[in-house]
Amino acid sequence: MKKFFWVTLVIGLGIGLIGVYERLTTEHLQANYGSIIPWGLWVALYIYFVGLSAGAFLISSLVYVFQIKKFEPLGKLSVFVALVTLFMALIFIWFDLGHMERAWRVLLTPNFHSMMAWMVWLYTIYFLVLICEAYFLLRSDFLKMGGMWKIFSLGFGSQSSEGIARDRKYVRILGSIGVPLAIMFHGGVGALFGVVSARPYWHSGLYPIIFLISALASGGALITFIFIFIQKDKEKYSELIQSLGQLVLYFLAVDILFNISEILVGLYGAIPHHIEPFLTVMKGPFWWVFWVVQLCVGMMIPVLLLSYPKTKKNISFVFTAVLCVLVGFIGVRLNIVIPALASEEIKGLVEAYRSARFSTYYFPSLMEWLVSVFIISLGIFVFTLGLKFLPLQTKERI
Amino acid sequence: MAEDKDVHNGESLENVFSESIVSRKEFLKLTGLVSLGSLVASFSNVFSKQVEALELNSQKKHRWGMVIDLVRCVNCKACTVSCRSEHKLPPGVVYNPVVEEELGEFPNVRRRWFPKPCFQCEQPPCVPVCPVTATYKRKEDGIVVIDPHKCIGCRYCITACPYGARSFDFGEEYIADKGNDYNHIPSPEWGGVQGVREHGKAPIGTVRKCDFCLHLQDEEGNYTDLPACAKTCMGKAIHFGDFLDPESEVSKLLARRNTIRLKEELGTQPNVYYAL
Repeated sequence: MKKFFWVTLVIGLGIGLIGVYERLTTEHLQANYGSIIPWGLWVALYIYFVGLSAGAFLISSLVYVFQIKKFEPLGKLSVFVALVTLFMALIFIWFDLGHMERAWRVLLTPNFHSMMAWMVWLYTIYFLVLICEAYFLLRSDFLKMGGMWKIFSLGFGSQSSEGIARDRKYVRILGSIGVPLAIMFHGGVGALFGVVSARPYWHSGLYPIIFLISALASGGALITFIFIFIQKDKEKYSELIQSLGQLVLYFLAVDILFNISEILVGLYGAIPHHIEPFLTVMKGPFWWVFWVVQLCVGMMIPVLLLSYPKTKKNISFVFTAVLCVLVGFIGVRLNIVIPALASEEIKGLVEAYRSARFSTYYFPSLMEWLVSVFIISLGIFVFTLGLKFLPLQTKERI
Repeated sequence: MAEDKDVHNGESLENVFSESIVSRKEFLKLTGLVSLGSLVASFSNVFSKQVEALELNSQKKHRWGMVIDLVRCVNCKACTVSCRSEHKLPPGVVYNPVVEEELGEFPNVRRRWFPKPCFQCEQPPCVPVCPVTATYKRKEDGIVVIDPHKCIGCRYCITACPYGARSFDFGEEYIADKGNDYNHIPSPEWGGVQGVREHGKAPIGTVRKCDFCLHLQDEEGNYTDLPACAKTCMGKAIHFGDFLDPESEVSKLLARRNTIRLKEELGTQPNVYYAL
């Protein structure tokens, strides 16, 4: 099993590198997005991973800010997951840029009328907060491990109980700053779409809120998934896993409620520009992403598994449920980004200028898939290394 | 262990939360401060956007715009072609397509068409979304331009434009043969400063749009020649001029004819009118 995991990972990195090479040498030539649908798979995966990061961080705040002792074993793991998923998200959006070498411009010459500039600034600060938090969380452990690991403590910190208590206080302060930051930056990602009045499908006050709730649902699912996956003594934590499952269920329920509201209000209004994306989602060429991936796998199955008394207490069913949530939310993210763009702004635009770049149909190209495989494999690789070498699983009381 | 489990099985989330012993004061203080700061920032952001728009109007010398006479337009698409050759546009990039639509049912059918340049809106929704101010509305004449040296290629502005006026330059070439000259002739945009068109260099990898043939302006900001589309128009349907000048052809047409602008409900206030 372990061998299989590593072989898959190495193959993923290997074939992914081909895509990265193609992307760097031929730029966007081999991508399938165009000028009608300017954002594709990478942007969808970017909001997917950035949502996982915000969600995972908010789960960690249950431990370090709200001090719920029950979730203590998840604390360090969640902070690390938040870091790795943010790292993956940033690589995705970096590869999506037309000029990767100009990314610094958003930091040094930002236009704060743009939600995108806000988002970049906020997640930079969030990234720094996360790194500081991870440092204060782990530095006493680094000292304990001795040897080379002492380097990571940067020469500060102590192993004494006062030292650890002091570190915990810093973590709580950083976590308290991080909670509104995570809410703001992920709400900001939602607002990035929400403020675009040209796309009525996005242009709704609910959008930033939906982003937050879905971040909590998917981030919670990821933490649960990883925790069950890596835990050897699963029975010992069965109660914790159940609570996590219920947490995911509640977030998922609120998310479904908000989505129903969005869809019904939009459809009832029946403004052509507004309902067109909804119809694309439900009856378009990728109808199954909505009905099968998003609705069945991402919502119905996990809700049933997590609410039925017999299955919600069974670790394997909880595991299946959160895995379904994780798969389903890829569909959710794709259906946020692409359908809103997949309609002509002005009727006849696609026929007016014939080009593959002017099309309302989008399916990611091989290069886009390969780059995605690379970034995801890289993320899993970094995460596995961290899990193996970093003291993420030591248990302690506050 | 087993007994332990049984006890907790009936436990709901409420118990989990009641366990928490947050120092609420501390948490609220920190989060409250950060949230308050962000709230103030976002509100001042929205207001300053409106104020800037007002300031912009006072500095204007010209307000270049078009009145496109749909009675005179014959759907020859000469405007699209001349625009392409003027700007040396690559495949996949278009500034001024002619949009067509069929109306009615047989036998009562007709076709409707209109050229669609960038409307150089008074309230351009594409401008505030740019994270690096690469696209902006020129203070002196209201033309919306993209600085190819600043654009990072995020394509946010394409999603924000309600008229589909922007396209991304993917670096495509007309003929696979790389030695073909046409592919490398620099576009006159921005004074041709970006030089020979090459991979990895702007305008490839940036967003492009119609700029009312800005390169035909002299130093004072007056046009030495009509924009390519207006000049080529054989039916004399595309009228180009300054809306700030009451004696200009476009101002007179606006007063005389029945005109419309597209998607008025979005408040973008296009500077291109269609005369019906």
